[in-house]
Amino acid sequence: MNDITRTAEAPARTEPALLPPVDVIEDSSGITLYADMPGVPREKLGLRVEGDQLTLEGEIELATAEGLQSTHAELTLPRYRRAFTLSKELDPSKVSAELSHGVLRVRIPKMEHAQPRRIEISVG
Amino acid sequence: MYRSLFPRDLFAELDRLQRDLSGVFEYSPAIRGLGRGGYPALNVGTTPTGVEVFAFAPGIDPASIEVNLDRGVLTIAGERKAATPAASDEKTTLHLNERFAGRFRRVVSMPDDIDPASVQANYRDGVLRVRAERKAAAQPRRIEVQ
Repeated sequence: MNDITRTAEAPARTEPALLPPVDVIEDSSGITLYADMPGVPREKLGLRVEGDQLTLEGEIELATAEGLQSTHAELTLPRYRRAFTLSKELDPSKVSAELSHGVLRVRIPKMEHAQPRRIEISVG
Repeated sequence: MYRSLFPRDLFAELDRLQRDLSGVFEYSPAIRGLGRGGYPALNVGTTPTGVEVFAFAPGIDPASIEVNLDRGVLTIAGERKAATPAASDEKTTLHLNERFAGRFRRVVSMPDDIDPASVQANYRDGVLRVRAERKAAAQPRRIEVQ
């Protein structure tokens, strides 16, 4: 999935949305983000980078029977949205993402120059 | 907190109202925690012919989910592995850790007129959908006037 800049028929930003829970893990070469977005099919998922803002967005699509009347709901909104501010050493042009069983995994690598390297000490 | 999942039960609703009100004044939650905000989140709905339960359980191998119906009680149980690295790994930093990990179990009491043989479950995009039909005798039908 390379279409990071694609804007999924974005709903108006003011619409209320659920905040998906996330795990953010940093290692020496970048950041990995996992977000729980159950019920969102791939076509309804939007991932955008604008400036230093990373926005995750998704619409829930459930196959429901006809005439279904809700009697108990813990998930009360049909969409998720969450935004993060990226820091300077992260490379927004190399963001990659995959969606599997309702879990979005986003990988944001660090800029080349921010990668750790070991400096050799020459003995003179 | 106990919540009746089906609207027919007026007394359960009154009971819930009373519990909710008393909860406002003296905070003493149930020993197994609040029913809400658990994993997986549950939505329940009824149709004239059956009942549907949606469990929002992302990131699970469908084969490892246990769905059982025992004497009208539907149990959804399983385990979700943590995506986060082991604490001993010094090379990584965990900045946010909000996602659920570990074993889970949620229970829904189904209406009495459910046909146990009709229960079906499928898992898609991280949502488990369990469908149960009402018994044929309990289906709504139009009675012909002779």
